[in-house]
Amino acid sequence: MSENTIFDEMWGHDAQLRAPYQNFHSWFDQEDPKRLRAKNREAEELFRLTGITFNVYGRAEAEERLIPFDIIPRIISGAEWAKLSRGIEQRVRAINAFLHDIYHTQEILKAGRIPAEMISQNEAFLPQMIGVDAPGGVYTHIVGIDLVRTGPGEFYVLEDNARTPSGVSYMLENRETMLQMFPELFSKNRVQSVQQYPIDLRRSLAACAPNATNGTPTVAVLTPGIYNSAYFEHAFLADQMGVELVEGHDLRVVDGRVAMRTTKGYEPIDVLYRRVDDDFLDPLNFNPESQLGVPGIMDVYRAGGITIANAPGTGIADDKAIYSYMPEIVEFYTGERPLLQNVPTWRCSEPDALAYVLDNLEDLVVKEVHGSGGYGMLIGPTASKKEIAEFRKKLKARPKNYIAQPTLSLSTVPIFAQKGLSPRHVDLRPFVLVSPDGIKITPGGLTRVALKKGSLVVNSSQGGGTKDTWVLEE
Amino acid sequence: MLGKTANGLFWMYRYMERAENTARLIETGQRIALTRLTETDDEWLSVLQSADCLSGYNATHDEVSRELAVDWMLRAKENPSSVLSSINAARQNARLVRTAITGEVWEAVNSAYMRLKDGLSRKVSERDLPATLRLIRQHAALVRGVTLGTMLRNEIYDFARLGTFLERADNTARILDVKYYVLLPSARAVGTSLDNVQWETILRSVSARGGFRMEHGAGGGPKEIADFLILDKRMPRSLAFSVSKLCDNLGYLSDGTDQGLASRDRVIALQDGLLSKSIDDIFDFGLHEFLQKTLEELSGISSQIEQDFRFYA
Repeated sequence: MSENTIFDEMWGHDAQLRAPYQNFHSWFDQEDPKRLRAKNREAEELFRLTGITFNVYGRAEAEERLIPFDIIPRIISGAEWAKLSRGIEQRVRAINAFLHDIYHTQEILKAGRIPAEMISQNEAFLPQMIGVDAPGGVYTHIVGIDLVRTGPGEFYVLEDNARTPSGVSYMLENRETMLQMFPELFSKNRVQSVQQYPIDLRRSLAACAPNATNGTPTVAVLTPGIYNSAYFEHAFLADQMGVELVEGHDLRVVDGRVAMRTTKGYEPIDVLYRRVDDDFLDPLNFNPESQLGVPGIMDVYRAGGITIANAPGTGIADDKAIYSYMPEIVEFYTGERPLLQNVPTWRCSEPDALAYVLDNLEDLVVKEVHGSGGYGMLIGPTASKKEIAEFRKKLKARPKNYIAQPTLSLSTVPIFAQKGLSPRHVDLRPFVLVSPDGIKITPGGLTRVALKKGSLVVNSSQGGGTKDTWVLEE
Repeated sequence: MLGKTANGLFWMYRYMERAENTARLIETGQRIALTRLTETDDEWLSVLQSADCLSGYNATHDEVSRELAVDWMLRAKENPSSVLSSINAARQNARLVRTAITGEVWEAVNSAYMRLKDGLSRKVSERDLPATLRLIRQHAALVRGVTLGTMLRNEIYDFARLGTFLERADNTARILDVKYYVLLPSARAVGTSLDNVQWETILRSVSARGGFRMEHGAGGGPKEIADFLILDKRMPRSLAFSVSKLCDNLGYLSDGTDQGLASRDRVIALQDGLLSKSIDDIFDFGLHEFLQKTLEELSGISSQIEQDFRFYA
């Protein structure tokens, strides 16, 4: 992977300033770096004040940390976005159709497009969801599609987040911060707004209310509590939507409804946007140890007494093993060719693929099928011989646990470093809302950036930061 | 509104009020220390007692000194009522009720926390004490200001006010009680110049000196001061004022419900009973006994509010 094959979103392959960055760059050129450095510190101060922090588990001292924010925006043209969002919409439509099918007649298995054991032996498959009709026909109310870019028109889907994708509060607060710090930039560039997201979210959730709803649907956000790493986001979204933020111990099943303890007694909830994993949702039906959920909520759900968003069991659609079948899934349910590409993936459960992967570990990225957060993965090109040897053992012991992908040369966007602009690798997570009224994609999303030079790991837990993401008007 | 949220609001504002009152008490102690003639640090004993944190202090300290007492009340993590602990608890509760308060209130609480955590990270020297205490009062005032200026007047606000005034009534009663009971065990000292200085400090600690002078000029003794702090409904830190606010806010909360609220009934009983006496009756009854009974009642009202509004499952 030579240096000049990397696509920079500001400078292209050939050091020619790309069109979407023109206005920004002429502004940047005339700015005093000292002022910008001061603004950088101001941004951090603003984030601390608003409390946009994440909690680090098991560390009392550094309990609340900031995700570093970089002031150079990532800019996408209107035309690029239009194309991208058609692909995202197609993929999300397919994911919902797939989930409905998998928990009903399983046509895709009957047609032989996916091996049946991929589903039946998958931990993310929830038998409790078989035959359940999700209210409004929606399974994934909120989806985050992780994309990477390798060239002007080349985007790949790295991962589909169909369970409880997080990060949307950063998308909103990053924009808010940029608006406060550099208002002049927004009069020079026509940037599509993201601020309608919370209202769209509330509408879209309310549109999926169950039959039991009486009058205007009552929506609530379920959080594991203030010690959860994403508590800020849960509170932020509840606040922005103007709905209650509840914890498991505020809820109980009363007269066949899930109800919250208010100052005036128990009141039913119609739509619960839960930020608690399936496993912890209901101690009666899932993990009996869970203190975070509501005993009996699954029974209420099955009887049509509440909408759970996202629906339980959606993990079967974003499992890394299922990921490799996404092109087939999109074709099967939409009858169209996929507009967005998958990263070529070797399933180590297949002997031929395993053999190839073992022979080429130095060039591949190997991931755990159920892993997340950038842990438990091997990045071949940057790993030491020892790390590769250790990983080889793990891979041979449990090949079914792993998939492998080529290392893509991820695009870069400049960050504001000590000595001025300096390119860093990025990814992009656009946020998608699904309701019976249609699919809505907020223009932009969360850009994560690997702050360490040359690093490909963008996860906040491992030295990643974020950027404001602009989609320009066409 | 969630019972848990009502609970969080109630305690967030109780702790904000407590942080401010503790700072006022330290200020008072410092003022007495600077104007006294003797060499002992006795006033800090009474200040610690006023703040209801003497037993915790005694458990960890062998002697009472200015330096140790100030540190205990300002920053001790082991003291749940220290300014730092109170601000921390106020912020934890604010996080819990983040969706109920406005962004501006949250930012005011959060910046109070950040600023004071910083300012109280090290022992505060005598020289820096006035500026530190001013900082605490200013941040408390800022939270109160954005609360008044940005919050909807709905039940959320009512619970915020209940917390504020319950804590304030409690604090004012304690300050009065300690002064009278601890400093003046015998009636002989009444009317001496020492007595007058002590009463004067009480007025200071509740920011009532100016108001009192406006009413009484250069005159007025212990009885008038007690009257002012217990029964005067215009004085925003008096028992009568605080309790009437409790009554108002519980009244707004009970609007629209058919049944009366037990907590409101108890507040009304307190108003019609203890607080309807004249100051002479109170002195005849015994100021200490009166204040102890009032404190008991306030604590009962607090538990009744918890029950009435389902703070806990």
